[in-house]
Amino acid sequence: MSSNSGSWSESVNLRRVSVYGVLVVMVAFYLAPLETGLMTAFKTQNAFFSTTPFAPPPADGVTVQPWAAALDRLGPGVVNSLLFAVPATMLSALFGSMAAYGMTNLNWKYQVGVLSLFVAGVFIPYQSVLVPLTRFWSMVDVASLLAFIPPLADRAGLIELGVTHAAYGIPICTVLFRGYYLSLDDEMLEAARLDGASPARIYRKIVLPLSKPMFAVTLIYQFTNIWNDLLFALVLVSDPSNAPVTIALNTLKGSMVQQYNVQMAGAFIAALPTLVIYVLFGEQFAKGVAGET
Amino acid sequence: MFDAFFRALGRSRETRETESHSDDVRTDGGVADPAMAGEAEASSSSVLDSEFVQSLPFWGPPALLVGLFVYGAVAWNVLISLTDWSGLGQPEYENFDLSVYSQMLNDLLDPTSNFFVATRNTVALLVAFTVITLLLGLLLAILVDQGVRFENTFRTIYLLPMSLSFVVTAIFWSWMYNPSIGLINETLRTVGLGAFTQAWLSNPQFKLGAVIFALMWQFSGYAMIVYLAGLQAIPNEQYEAARTDGASTFRMYRRVVVPQLRSSTTSAAVVLMVFALKAFDFLFVMFGPNPGPSTDILSVMMFREAFMSTNWAYGSGIATVLFLMALGVIAPYLYRQYQRGEL
Repeated sequence: MSSNSGSWSESVNLRRVSVYGVLVVMVAFYLAPLETGLMTAFKTQNAFFSTTPFAPPPADGVTVQPWAAALDRLGPGVVNSLLFAVPATMLSALFGSMAAYGMTNLNWKYQVGVLSLFVAGVFIPYQSVLVPLTRFWSMVDVASLLAFIPPLADRAGLIELGVTHAAYGIPICTVLFRGYYLSLDDEMLEAARLDGASPARIYRKIVLPLSKPMFAVTLIYQFTNIWNDLLFALVLVSDPSNAPVTIALNTLKGSMVQQYNVQMAGAFIAALPTLVIYVLFGEQFAKGVAGET
Repeated sequence: MFDAFFRALGRSRETRETESHSDDVRTDGGVADPAMAGEAEASSSSVLDSEFVQSLPFWGPPALLVGLFVYGAVAWNVLISLTDWSGLGQPEYENFDLSVYSQMLNDLLDPTSNFFVATRNTVALLVAFTVITLLLGLLLAILVDQGVRFENTFRTIYLLPMSLSFVVTAIFWSWMYNPSIGLINETLRTVGLGAFTQAWLSNPQFKLGAVIFALMWQFSGYAMIVYLAGLQAIPNEQYEAARTDGASTFRMYRRVVVPQLRSSTTSAAVVLMVFALKAFDFLFVMFGPNPGPSTDILSVMMFREAFMSTNWAYGSGIATVLFLMALGVIAPYLYRQYQRGEL
C-alpha cells in the first residue's frame, strides 16, 4: 500500500499538471482572436503587414491613428445603439417580470398553454417575421405619427427598432424571471394574500423588491443581445443617420477591406460596452446564458 | 381555452373596478377584502376565473406584444408566402396558392439549385456545429470542474466570446483566416505545417468548415456553462463509489457521468440547433449577401431573396421553412419538459 501511494500521488500530480496545461492552452485559443485584434489595432499599415499578428507593434510601427479613424466612423452609431438598446432592454425586462409573475405566482387554468407560447417565442428565428415586420412598420408610420415632435420623428427608425427588440426580448426575460419566481417562498406570498393584499400589491411590495438580482441578470443579458444584433437593424433602419453601431461597423469593414488595423479598432469600439459589462458582471451574464435552457 | 378566456373578459370590467377600489382600502387600513372573503366560499371554477382576472394585468400586455409581434407576424409571413408578391408594389391578398412551396419541392430535386444547396449547407452546419460545440463544451466543463484554482477566471475567459456581437467576431475571424498574414496560417507555418495553409475563406472546400470552427469558438463557452450546471448536480458519492470500484477516470466519465448529463445535452443541443438555423449576422458580415454555393444557408438566402431581389413571397416561403425546422427542434423538447412538469 505505502509503496503504491508514491506512484499514485505522482500520477495524480501528472494528471493535475495536464489539466492545467489544457486549460491554459484553451485560454490561448479563446483569447487569440482578441489579442491579435488588439495588437493589430495599434500597428501601422506597414507594421501589420510585416509582423506576426499576435506580436506587439514594433517601436517604429505604433500608432493610435486607427482608433481615431474608427471612432470617427462609429461614434454616431454608438450613440444610436445606446438610444434604442437601453430603453428596449428596460421595457422587455419589466414586461418579462410582469408576465412571469402573472404566470408563476398566480394560478389559472390554461396558463401552461400561454406559458408554452412564451417559451417557444425564445426560439423563433427572426427570419420568420422579417417580411411582415417591414410591412408592419411601413403601415404604422412612426415618422409621420410623431411629426409634431421633430426630434423624435427624425429618430423614427430607432423607435421602431427599440419597440421591435423590446417585444422580441419579452419571451427570454419571462423565462429568466419565471425560474427565479418559482424559487420564491410560497408561504410568504400566501401569508400576504391571507392578510388581504391584492396580487398587484404583492407584486409591488414583495416580489418586485426581491427581483433586484434577477433584474441585474436580465438587464445585462438582454442589453448585450440587443446591442449585438445586426439583422433587425439591417431591415428596419433605412436612414444612415440612425444606423446602430453594428451596421456602422459592417459598413466600415466593407469600405476598408485592407485596413485591418482600422477594422480591429472598430471591432473593439463596437464591443467595448458589452465587454466592460461582461468583465464587471460576468456572473450575471453566465446566469442569463444558462437560463436560456 | 377560448371560451374561458372570453367569459373572464366579460367579467373583468366589474371585477377590476372592485379590485382597484379594495386595493385602496387595504393600502389605508388593511380592511379585509369582501370579494376575497367571498372567494373562499365560491366554487372552485370562479376562484380560477378570479385569479385569472387578477393575473391578466400582469401577463396580458406582454402577451399582447408577443402575440402581435411574434405569432401574428409568423402567421402574416405564412400568408405572404401564399401570395405571388414580388417587386416594389404592395402584396395582394387575393389569390393564394402554394406555388412558392411547389417551386421549393422542385428545387429540392435539383442538386444545382440555390435552395437545395442552401438546405444542404444549413443541415451540415446544424449537425456539425452542434456536435463539435457540445463536445468541446463538455471537455471544458469536465476540466473546469476538477477543482482547479482560478476556476472562475477560466470560466469567464471561455464564455467571453458569447458576449461579443457576430459583427465583431466575424471581423476578428476574417483577420485570423487571412491567407497571407492571418494568425491561423502563420501558426501553421511556424510549427512546420506550412503545407496545410489554406485560403480558408475563399476555398469552397474549407469555407463552411472555417465558419463552423469560428462559431464553435464563440459558442462552446455556452455549452460549458450548461454542462457545468449538470456536473454540479451529480452527487459526490457517485464519483467516490466509482473510484472505490477502481474505475479509471475515463471509464468513470463514460459510464457514470456522461449518461447523467443527458438533459444538459438535450437542452444545450436545442439552443445550438436553433441558433444554427438562424445564424445570419456572422455569415453576412463575413461574406455579404451572397456567400456562394459552398456556404450559402437558408437564413442568408431568405434575406437575399426578400430584401435584395424583392422576391418577397419566395423569401417568406423560406422563412416559413426555417420556422417549421425550428418548431421541429423545439416542439418535442417543450413537450418533454411539459410531461416532466418542468415547464
